[in-house]
Amino acid sequence: MMKRRNFLAALGASLVAGCSKIGESKWFEALVDTAEGWHRGIHRTLGVNRIAMAPEYERSDISPFFRGNGSRTVDTDAYRAALESGFPDWTLSVGGMVDNPLTLTLEDIRGLPQRTQITRHDCVEGWSAIGEWTGPQLSHILEQAGVQEGARYAIFRCADNLYGADYYESCDLDDAFHPQTIVAHLLNGDPLPEQNGAPLRMRIERQLGYKHAKYLTGIELVASLDDVEGGKGGYWEDQAGYQWYAGI
Amino acid sequence: MANGRKKHSIGTRIWHWVNALSVMVLFMSGLNISNAHRYLYWGEWGFMPEQAWLAVPRFPGWATIPGYYSLASARDWHVLFAWVFALGLLLFMLSAVRNGHFRRDLFTRFAEWRPAHIWHDIREHLKLNFHHGAGKFNFLQKVAYSGVIFVLLPLMIFTGMVMSPGMEAAWPWLTEVFGGRQSARSIHFICAWALFAFLVVHLVLVLLTNPARQIREMITGGRDDEAA
Repeated sequence: MMKRRNFLAALGASLVAGCSKIGESKWFEALVDTAEGWHRGIHRTLGVNRIAMAPEYERSDISPFFRGNGSRTVDTDAYRAALESGFPDWTLSVGGMVDNPLTLTLEDIRGLPQRTQITRHDCVEGWSAIGEWTGPQLSHILEQAGVQEGARYAIFRCADNLYGADYYESCDLDDAFHPQTIVAHLLNGDPLPEQNGAPLRMRIERQLGYKHAKYLTGIELVASLDDVEGGKGGYWEDQAGYQWYAGI
Repeated sequence: MANGRKKHSIGTRIWHWVNALSVMVLFMSGLNISNAHRYLYWGEWGFMPEQAWLAVPRFPGWATIPGYYSLASARDWHVLFAWVFALGLLLFMLSAVRNGHFRRDLFTRFAEWRPAHIWHDIREHLKLNFHHGAGKFNFLQKVAYSGVIFVLLPLMIFTGMVMSPGMEAAWPWLTEVFGGRQSARSIHFICAWALFAFLVVHLVLVLLTNPARQIREMITGGRDDEAA
């Protein structure tokens, strides 16, 4: 009887101690990656026969202000000067596996058909905020650029640098062509505030906040994420091991 | 009842231990996730202490998985064991419906809800006499186990699903059931601690009632007539 109790105590202790070890092992990582794939598949399957849309809210639901997290600015003199003058020279490049690479000014972006959506932003940390975002649908821009056969991901390049590495993000083409995926330049009717990614940020409404790249400078279509930066498809994915599919 | 049946069916036993492990991993990785943002809100949104109904203490490393702060790794553990937990519960429920465990042992009869009966049951518990019911479990046991199996554990799953933005796009009605994402997050937290409270009471009662035999029976199955 004592043996059994010792066994159970040891089992409990090794669970706590062993978890860190297991967490760093290759097979655990592989298991986590597999589950991540299921989650994406299941979420997409449950929304079958329609494009599953993130909920949209009323004006009265909007949070009194919108929290900024992660990078809250781009720490360069050029950015500060551009912010001061309303970003006259800011451009968004669209390249990689496209037929017609584009370079869009803010003027160009404001001239495209716009979508306005009031959505809830969920941070991986647990908090949420509701805001109204306006901008052209990414699908519209990608149609102009002409995505080539074989492209599987859209990479979002950013001006901000966090702890010594450039911020970037990516999503699959389902999300890139989703109607609620927009290049936002307005928050609650005003140009994006500095801490929320001025002058441009992505909205990828069916995923967590770290996917919504701020201070957007370029969009690149690629066949694989392997050769992009750290190879895991995003800043936090590379730096801290966050899941690339952030639908959970 | 000396019919040669096992006290605990094989399905119950497997689930008991799989569930014990997965709830432990989920609880401890959940405490790590809680450390990322230690405020709870009601409704759809909330991000500042002033909006919170509860400021949660920071949980120390010895209570979390992994044993240091890592939101990424804790989330990996959490969503992986959520599968073990949810599928385990589903299979257990199917098996317990099929073998009559729920109907025979867990469902309370109308008469058991009479105040006099409940009061009697509480008094017997205070005297540490736990074998006073007609069936396998006494009234308070039935209520506690049913509350965990049919209320708390499913609530953990559904409030967890509400917090997933991808899931919400597929099933937006589920968020509305709970009154918003931050409400679901608060309920998730409350139910987790209710489960912890259940675990403490459960372990104390096992310790008071021949723990070696109880544990042995939950492994080997035991014999049904031992319980009567």
